[in-house]
Amino acid sequence: MKISLSWLKQYVDVDLPVSELSHRLTMAGIEVGEVEIIGGWTEVFVGHVTDVRPHPNADRLRLCVVNTGNEEMEVVCGAPNVAPDQNICLAKVGAKVYNTHTERYEILGPAKIRGVESQGMICSAVELGLGAENDGIIVLPDDAPVGASLDDYLGDVVLDLELTPNRLDCLSVLGVAYEVAAITGKEVVEPEASYHESGVPISEQVKISVADPDLCPRYTASLLQGVTIGPSPQWLQDLLIKGGLRPINNVVDVTNFVMLEYNQPLHSFDYDRIKDATVIVRRARLGEKLTTLDDIERTLCTDNLVIADANDAIGLGGVIGGANSEINENTINVLLESATFNGANNRETAQAMELRTEATLRFEKGLRAELAPIALRRATALIQEVAGGTIAPGIVDIVSEEGAEPAVVTLTSGKIRRMLGMDVGLKQTQETLTSLGFTWEVEGDAALKVTVPYWRNDVNIEEDLVEEVVRTIGYESVPTTMLSSPIPFQHPVPVMNLRDKVKDLLTSAGIQEVINYPLVTLQQLEQVRQLDTEALPIRVANPMSSDREYLRTTLRASILGTLAANQSHSIGPFRLFEAGRVFTPREDDLPDEKETVTGLLAGLRHEPSWLEDETHMDFYDAKGIVELVFERLSVNVTYQPAEDPTFYPGRCAVIETSDSVVGMVGEVHPVVMERLGLDSPQVAIFELYLEPILAALPESQRNFEALPRYPSATRDLALVMPADVSAGLVTRVITGHRGVHHAELFDIYVGENISEGSKSLAFHVYFQARDRTLTNEEVNKSLDGLLRTLDRELNVTLRV
Amino acid sequence: MPRDQNLRDYIPGGILSLTEPSIQRPSAQSIEDIIAAASAELESIQDLAALDQWRVLYLGRRGALTMVLRGLASIEVSERKAVGALANQAKTTLEDRLKERVRQVNEESLKISENRDRLDVTLPGRPALKGSLHPTTQIVREICDAFVAMGFGVVEGPEVEWDHYNFEMLNIPKGHPARDMWNTLWVDYDDPEKEKAMLLRTHTSPMQARVMESREPPIRVVVPGKCYRYEATDATHEWHFYQVEGLAVGEGITFADLKGTLYEFARRMFGEERKIRFRCDYFPFVEPGVDMSIDCFACQGDGDGCRICRDSGWIEIMGAGMIHPRVLEGVGYDVEKYTGFAFGMGPERIAMLKYGIDDIRHFYANDLRFLRQF
Repeated sequence: MKISLSWLKQYVDVDLPVSELSHRLTMAGIEVGEVEIIGGWTEVFVGHVTDVRPHPNADRLRLCVVNTGNEEMEVVCGAPNVAPDQNICLAKVGAKVYNTHTERYEILGPAKIRGVESQGMICSAVELGLGAENDGIIVLPDDAPVGASLDDYLGDVVLDLELTPNRLDCLSVLGVAYEVAAITGKEVVEPEASYHESGVPISEQVKISVADPDLCPRYTASLLQGVTIGPSPQWLQDLLIKGGLRPINNVVDVTNFVMLEYNQPLHSFDYDRIKDATVIVRRARLGEKLTTLDDIERTLCTDNLVIADANDAIGLGGVIGGANSEINENTINVLLESATFNGANNRETAQAMELRTEATLRFEKGLRAELAPIALRRATALIQEVAGGTIAPGIVDIVSEEGAEPAVVTLTSGKIRRMLGMDVGLKQTQETLTSLGFTWEVEGDAALKVTVPYWRNDVNIEEDLVEEVVRTIGYESVPTTMLSSPIPFQHPVPVMNLRDKVKDLLTSAGIQEVINYPLVTLQQLEQVRQLDTEALPIRVANPMSSDREYLRTTLRASILGTLAANQSHSIGPFRLFEAGRVFTPREDDLPDEKETVTGLLAGLRHEPSWLEDETHMDFYDAKGIVELVFERLSVNVTYQPAEDPTFYPGRCAVIETSDSVVGMVGEVHPVVMERLGLDSPQVAIFELYLEPILAALPESQRNFEALPRYPSATRDLALVMPADVSAGLVTRVITGHRGVHHAELFDIYVGENISEGSKSLAFHVYFQARDRTLTNEEVNKSLDGLLRTLDRELNVTLRV
Repeated sequence: MPRDQNLRDYIPGGILSLTEPSIQRPSAQSIEDIIAAASAELESIQDLAALDQWRVLYLGRRGALTMVLRGLASIEVSERKAVGALANQAKTTLEDRLKERVRQVNEESLKISENRDRLDVTLPGRPALKGSLHPTTQIVREICDAFVAMGFGVVEGPEVEWDHYNFEMLNIPKGHPARDMWNTLWVDYDDPEKEKAMLLRTHTSPMQARVMESREPPIRVVVPGKCYRYEATDATHEWHFYQVEGLAVGEGITFADLKGTLYEFARRMFGEERKIRFRCDYFPFVEPGVDMSIDCFACQGDGDGCRICRDSGWIEIMGAGMIHPRVLEGVGYDVEKYTGFAFGMGPERIAMLKYGIDDIRHFYANDLRFLRQF
């Protein structure tokens, strides 16, 4: 909302510097954004053209004699519209004006034009930076003060207010004026709205009825007869332009002007085009047609409110007028409407028609009904002033029950203390409310019965009044205290703790966290072969673009995308993880949001270095990370070969606890790599499912295990077994054997001396007892038992 | 010199006779000779093994000096005492010289190995693996930690929400013009009743109602999490971002407490010297509403021509306010008994200010060259 300071000054005296005014408004909740300064021309004055003569050397130039109050000077002018007796803007030598040839502001110097010296320049709007149109010089009103500095006469400051949606009142100049008055201690002078009525009363000339008062709580109208449609006077056009609206004709301009002034949108009908002089405010009939002022034929439904004559709709109530009753140059009689429409309904209609007009911008927020007749009178008076004619006696005013009562709210000093943590004296409260335009009556010794002024639709409850008081006296006057109430017990949120712990483990293992958008495409899911066409993922109904349409069901697509994007500028190593949610639909409920951590390892095992070999990460790097995590979490897991379409068969394991799947680890399938254009020998991925891990966490994270007091005995075993016996199984049998403390696999061998279809694994096996040093015989006995078990259960024998 | 070489091979000729151990008739002169020969020899020895052989040769059980001492018996008693003293003195002298030579040889050999083991310390080290938390995670943790220190707990909520929690329970009914403040991504959801609308939450504020519904005051929580808006992205806008929402409800909680809590937060987050400003602002679920700003890092609050704070000298950090009575009523709280305040902030924005990041789109583009800076 742009607000002109000179316009504002018509209603309230502003003597603060602009920066201070902006600051105070901002602090009180009316944020001032940009401040635009119009003027700064210095040597430009209001001049009067006393004579215009031809230029001796040029047909298109003229010599103008200009009076600037105390002197006369001769000026060369090329504008076709210059004429004697005009008031114009005269730039003297030294003025700062825009040069349309060099396209910048320059200081005007003395000039000789076609042999004649010009003592100044008569300016156009462009030259003064007042407009874009360059069709001749600006002609000032007849009452312009000749000799006055143009900075004083036309200079202005425009404040761009960044309004919050509740402060509808500040969409109007008067609303801002009341705000300024409150913070500066001045008074607002409301404009004059009295006029003389004559002729036949309006009630005998038009029949108005409101059929649907729920959508139109108040409808007021006046009738002007014998008006002359034409352009508005300059002052009115200037103010409309400052308010961001385009002048149309005097009657329409007044309705727009009063809207900018009071906030009340008004509408003018050509009275003679209203069938049977009958106006009915009603819901539209299904399929009813109306061609609106923007020349679009619209098909209406019963949710839309229309203003209709005896036969047809002539306007879409509070949104836009109809072409069939529009004011035109031949209009003589004007029916002026000032009504209150239901905000929610108005908003719905505007949204459905994609028609956000200046009117709906105001009506949708719920204008107060008291405003309608006030604005009507102001506009009626002003139309008569600029377009002539007579005013039929009386107004039409149809008010429904909930229509016209002003809001009354009780405010107690106890409430102020309870909310703010400070006392505001009754007297200060009263003064503050008065300065904002509220009226009040004292109730008891600590309460006020406050009546909300008609321009404020945002104050309805006691808390609103507390805000009015505290924002006006300033938030800085409220003390600063710390919470004194007891600290509540904070229930732990286990999944968050787990996620934080996993994130910390992964970053300390040298893996970088990434965060991706959770909206993906079906193609992305298909690329990692995770698209289930039977059960499509959750879809956004109004996606911003086709690449952000579905809620992801896996993090794999995103993190592989991150890899692909970074491979364009780096050779790795790529060690990435993301902790995020995946979404699966549920019947009649919000989706299931599963906490997932997906990690990816690809590229060189180490940063390229003169010290390290150039080997690439693979399945076992990823598994090592997973092992680290589960060890630190004290969760016992097993790894079983698994099939998953994302992964290369035979290089994928599912990670399980005794009762659930807690993760996956594997190398990405070459087909997936090719689809994504990934450039690595292999890409390993691990995935952790936090909810089942949470269920598997031991009650207490760690129990101290006493350090062994007795030494262990070591035996190295080289074992031979069929190639398909898994190392995991052999290790489990060894470590599960009585007397064995732990075992380390230190070599795997296939080749010479090992028969085809067999392999050899070598272990360090550590024997230990808690209560004594094992004797040689005890160790050998345990070892013999172990070898027998291995042979019996897994066909594993000692290598000879 | 090779270690296994016989000492004789390099001992100067004049001393050779001494290497044949025999008991001689000792004299002052012969002791002098031994000292001179031994000393000269000692100077030329370069390693510890040869020094040990030298010790055996002169000071050992059958060494030259030992022989002199043994030969004392063969000389006259009158000379014996003087020569004996000389011999003992010579022993001490040679022992001291050996000690000194050992020290020297050790020192020299250390110098040699130091020289040999020298590295080019300017070569890069063996690369350690590097990983860091995403900058958003880091800032979210920092924010939460500041509030945890003031007795707040941390909770999370669903990213896909009902309209009910995202809007209605926050005093933003259907058709409310303030809904325009949150451009919403709606979820395609087939509700048989056609009453419930599902959406991607536009803020983490829905947890206000969810937390209050699930427990009685006193409540102090912060709610970090992802939010979504139907919004075009540019340098300062993302459609996907994080928010940290906060809530304190109880008896006797006031606007002054709100100021104190947020002031303390800002001090922890931005340092003691930052100035803090509270001004009136509007959010439908609070009344009075607050905007908290800090003075601009870039221009130190000066404002003039500053790109960061758009000339104002102040940077908005968060919105806040006293919880609207309709929100409290909505969850069944007694508004005569309880009051509370709520606040919300964008961690990316705070990270941008703290680290001087000029474009919010860096955060979720996941360029490792960006992420590794944090």
